[in-house]
Amino acid sequence: MSSTAPTAGTRMDTGEDIGAIATIRLGMQYSPELREGLRVTLLLAVIASCGQIVVPIAVQQTLDRGLNAPGGPRLDFVLWMGVLAALAIAVTSWASYAMTRRLFTTSERGLATLRTKAFRHVHDLPLLTQNTERRGALVSRVTTDVDQVSQFLVFGGLIFVVSIGQMLVATVLMLVYSWQLAAVVWLAFAPLFLSIRWFQKKLSAAYTVVRHQVGVLLGAISEPVVGAAVVRSNGVEARTQARIDTAIQDWQDAYIHAQKFTVTSFSLGGLSAGLANAGVIVIGVLLGFTGDMTPGKVLAFAFLVTLFVGPVQMGTQILTDAQNAISSWRRVLGILETPADLVDPGPDGEQLPRGAIDVRFADVTFSYPGGPPVLRDVDLTIGAGTRVAIVGETGSGKSTFAKLLTRLMDPGDGAVLLDGVDVRRIDARSLRRSVVLVPQEGFLFDDTVAANVRYGKLDATEDEILASAVELGIDDWLSGLPRGLHTAVGQRGESLSAGERQLVALLRAHLADPDLLVLDEATSAVDPALEMQIGRALERLMQSRTSVTIAHRLSTAESADEVIVVDKGRVVQRGPHGELVTQAGSVYAGLHASWVAQHSRA
Amino acid sequence: MGKDAELRGTTTLDGFRVLWVAIRREPRVFTVATLGAVLFGVLTVADAWVLGWSTQHVLIPAFETGEVGTDMLVWVVALFMAVAILRAVGIVARRLGGGIMYYRMQSHTRRGVTRQYLSLPMEWHQRHPTGQLLSNAYSDVEAAWAPIMPLPMALGTIVMMVIAVAQMFVADVVMALVGLLVFPAVVVANLLYQHYSSPLMTRAQGLRAEVSEIAHESFDGAMVVKTLGREVEETDRFRAKAHELRDVNVRAGRIRAIFDPALASLPNLGVLVVLAVGVARVASGATEPGDVVTIAYLLTIVAFPIRAIGWLLGEFPRSVVGYRRAKAVLDARGSMEYGQDALPASAAGALLEVDGLHYAYDPDTPLLRGVTFDVQPGRTVALVGATASGKSTLTSLMTRLVDPDGGAIRLDGHDLRGLRRGELPRDVALVPQTAFMFDDTVRGNVTLGADVPDEEVWGALRTAQADGFVAALPDGLDTRLGERGTSLSGGQRQRLSLARALVRRPRLLILDDATSAVDPEVEARILASLRDGRGDGDGDGVGDGDASLVVVAYRKATISLADEVVHLDEGRIVGRGTHAELLATSPAYAQLVNAYETDAAEEGSTR
Repeated sequence: MSSTAPTAGTRMDTGEDIGAIATIRLGMQYSPELREGLRVTLLLAVIASCGQIVVPIAVQQTLDRGLNAPGGPRLDFVLWMGVLAALAIAVTSWASYAMTRRLFTTSERGLATLRTKAFRHVHDLPLLTQNTERRGALVSRVTTDVDQVSQFLVFGGLIFVVSIGQMLVATVLMLVYSWQLAAVVWLAFAPLFLSIRWFQKKLSAAYTVVRHQVGVLLGAISEPVVGAAVVRSNGVEARTQARIDTAIQDWQDAYIHAQKFTVTSFSLGGLSAGLANAGVIVIGVLLGFTGDMTPGKVLAFAFLVTLFVGPVQMGTQILTDAQNAISSWRRVLGILETPADLVDPGPDGEQLPRGAIDVRFADVTFSYPGGPPVLRDVDLTIGAGTRVAIVGETGSGKSTFAKLLTRLMDPGDGAVLLDGVDVRRIDARSLRRSVVLVPQEGFLFDDTVAANVRYGKLDATEDEILASAVELGIDDWLSGLPRGLHTAVGQRGESLSAGERQLVALLRAHLADPDLLVLDEATSAVDPALEMQIGRALERLMQSRTSVTIAHRLSTAESADEVIVVDKGRVVQRGPHGELVTQAGSVYAGLHASWVAQHSRA
Repeated sequence: MGKDAELRGTTTLDGFRVLWVAIRREPRVFTVATLGAVLFGVLTVADAWVLGWSTQHVLIPAFETGEVGTDMLVWVVALFMAVAILRAVGIVARRLGGGIMYYRMQSHTRRGVTRQYLSLPMEWHQRHPTGQLLSNAYSDVEAAWAPIMPLPMALGTIVMMVIAVAQMFVADVVMALVGLLVFPAVVVANLLYQHYSSPLMTRAQGLRAEVSEIAHESFDGAMVVKTLGREVEETDRFRAKAHELRDVNVRAGRIRAIFDPALASLPNLGVLVVLAVGVARVASGATEPGDVVTIAYLLTIVAFPIRAIGWLLGEFPRSVVGYRRAKAVLDARGSMEYGQDALPASAAGALLEVDGLHYAYDPDTPLLRGVTFDVQPGRTVALVGATASGKSTLTSLMTRLVDPDGGAIRLDGHDLRGLRRGELPRDVALVPQTAFMFDDTVRGNVTLGADVPDEEVWGALRTAQADGFVAALPDGLDTRLGERGTSLSGGQRQRLSLARALVRRPRLLILDDATSAVDPEVEARILASLRDGRGDGDGDGVGDGDASLVVVAYRKATISLADEVVHLDEGRIVGRGTHAELLATSPAYAQLVNAYETDAAEEGSTR
């Protein structure tokens, strides 16, 4: 059993150090669908956004050339104008329809891909890294975070690009009318533009706090649900509630803090617009005295200012709203950017032949990140077809041994070889096919016993499962379940007792038909009679395979072909039980003496 | 429960009902936000007025006369800035107010929902999947109150519309009537949009929950997925749901793609019609050109904000579904009833009487059928039985996690159901088979917030043989364990869980196979210190009062600790007595507990 303290070093990438543009670029790489037809969509967006100026132009034209025409109101012009404008609206509406449709299709497709890739990558991450993250936070990265990005892509991203374009066009038009007034407008907006970066930083920091608090909140909410029995039996409802209330309050404070920045930057845009309007009139009047201006020109310019202000405000709003989305996107990408230390060579890797496997640890040293070595220079061979028991005190490195053997982790130094091949070079599918670990706490999925057992062999028929149960000697137990194989096991298998969960896990492993079976305290919660019965059954079934059993109970060691004794990360003894037990003063003799003492006390 | 709520359709009226709940709960913030929105609306219209005023009183005279007073220029700046500042105030009030109301409402509901989780009985918890309860407390609450954000804006828009309509009528009744046709058209378009998109939104919300449940379960079982190499199958399972969600979202997007431009162009078309009618009326001398301009301008001003009403209505379907799901939790009844009885204030071991107990999760398969035994004060009783014989269920009943179907459990003569709230956990501690750790420090996990001096915490850790590894942790007692203590091994978690029970100095301690993941060496030491520590009065906080002890056990070492053994088989007591007596009289018992030796003996004889 490994005593691992929580350590740094194998943390999940938070993505926090990826810049905004880099995030979008990286996001496009992981979701290539987002790029498909982007140019056409952008073109449609530009056409669609022209819809906003059709009517103002129509109004202006109608006033100047229709109503106030030199010869009195010209109805025909107004009619033609109307028809033309209606056509323009039809075209821009169609463009808007096509754009939205394309946007939804590509972004939803792209994000479904991203979601699935991130989900898969979580499973590819080393166990240690998985354990550094809250489950809730991990789940939110493939659920709510992706939803946030989707909102942004559909309603923000393109509009932002288009807004900038509109802003530039308005600026050019303004320059054509009067460079002085254009300068006035830009001057009025300068504080806003200059403060954007500052606001972005503040917002980004604020939303990082928000995301963190969301994680804390999810964790706090899960305690009264997952730990319902513990909370009740200890009567700590009030304290649990107090912890939840604190998490809720912190979450609320974080959001309101972020909201303050959003609101401030947003209202700043309004102030700039007021300043620009006033400036245009005042400077326009003053310019009029030098003869450069007419009232018509000033009014037309005031109209241009609205064309400029609209997209600026739209742009700043998107930019502020985008902070949350971008930080969500970063977090999803952060998963994908976290290296999967255990690189699977894939189908190009070596394939393990079927049949008993021989195991070799070549000078293996392993330490958890930031900790002292848990295993040191372990060098040993386990012959094909032997049954080996690994014993040792708590913290001696037994479980680490099992995890290295099944490639849940890779050694820091040295190599683990199966059938002479470094596990790092073996195709993961082949490895998992041949090597199965049964851990102490066998996790069950919220489904029937049969479905859980089929995790070991996907196409197992009921007869096969029942036959396996008979072989293991647990058919009595199975038929005693309320609905036999079709009994639902509940969330995390909690409708069954810990011992029963272990039985399902064993059945699952047996059905997987491995060539190397590693049992890590796999029957610790089962009653002794049944445990011994299963032990004998496994002995029989393991005849033509290799088995490694990590055992607390020396009864298992007694029946193994060979016992390997681990102490403080080193192999200190090995040999058959009968031999080791006679080595007076040895670690094994000590362990055995205490075992015997416990069982003869009756 | 959740499914039923979804099957009932949602209407716009339902959406307003949900909002009404929020308004009644946060009337002040709501008022501030709405006033802000109204201010914003009024000032948006006022902006046009200021431009008109400046043109008429400053711009035109200045160009005509060739001179302008500084005071007039100051007025222009002052007016524009006043409008801009007031509008900014309006924005702040509206958006901040809306935000505060939205977050506060989420907090209110979450506090309510989690209080329910803490007070509803275990049976209720067993009936509801974890994933569902988590999403009820988080995403459903979020969805329920989502319309609060656009609400003030929508209300402000209505005020703006009223002002605009009034001005239009002042300008010209006929054109105003023509222009007004736009409003019902927008409303009808919105209702149609609701009608087509709400089923899809509801479906998407359900799918989001399913995607989340799969991810939760799959990440929880990551170890199994990894060791059996089922990453591909798990990813397929996830992908199937993610793609279903994608398809629904794309369909919803297509509907949105139709309605978005339709809603945007309705006011624009209205303006064009007004222009045509207006010019005709000007030509016939019925109205002034200025009025045409006014009405056209007013229509364009409200054209965009009018969509805020659309955004509000667009949130309704999700909101109503989310609200119903959270409300189902809030309305759940059946909290555990407590009586008035108090237990004597004593440090001595408690007397436990189990009397004719019957219990079944599933009526077809009773788990306990008439179990009767007692534990005298200060005595130790071992519950022994095969896997799935009903031992763990019995411990749940003894700590009143569930109540029996028949029979009773009494502590010092009081039926557990008659005890006051909080009375039982004070005197009875259960160490469950699977240890649960809170996301807290080691100290917090042991004391659970009780004010316990560190020496007593270390005392309990010592008895539980956890002092060694805790001392080796980077921050000792202050080391944070992380969610569910995943950084610790199973045996370490069990020992902390034991220390948690010991530090409470219970008068009845129940160990449900609580050392299964601990090495025999360590287990032996734990048992020794439990035995020696009981009644030692050494002030280490452990067993000073000679607590009564119930142990569910398989190992002889544990059983040997007991004064009496109760042998349970298929929910009935089949033997009672000392270990030696049972060994002598019950072959079934002997076979169960002697398995290790028997096996070793057989091994020995075959060698």
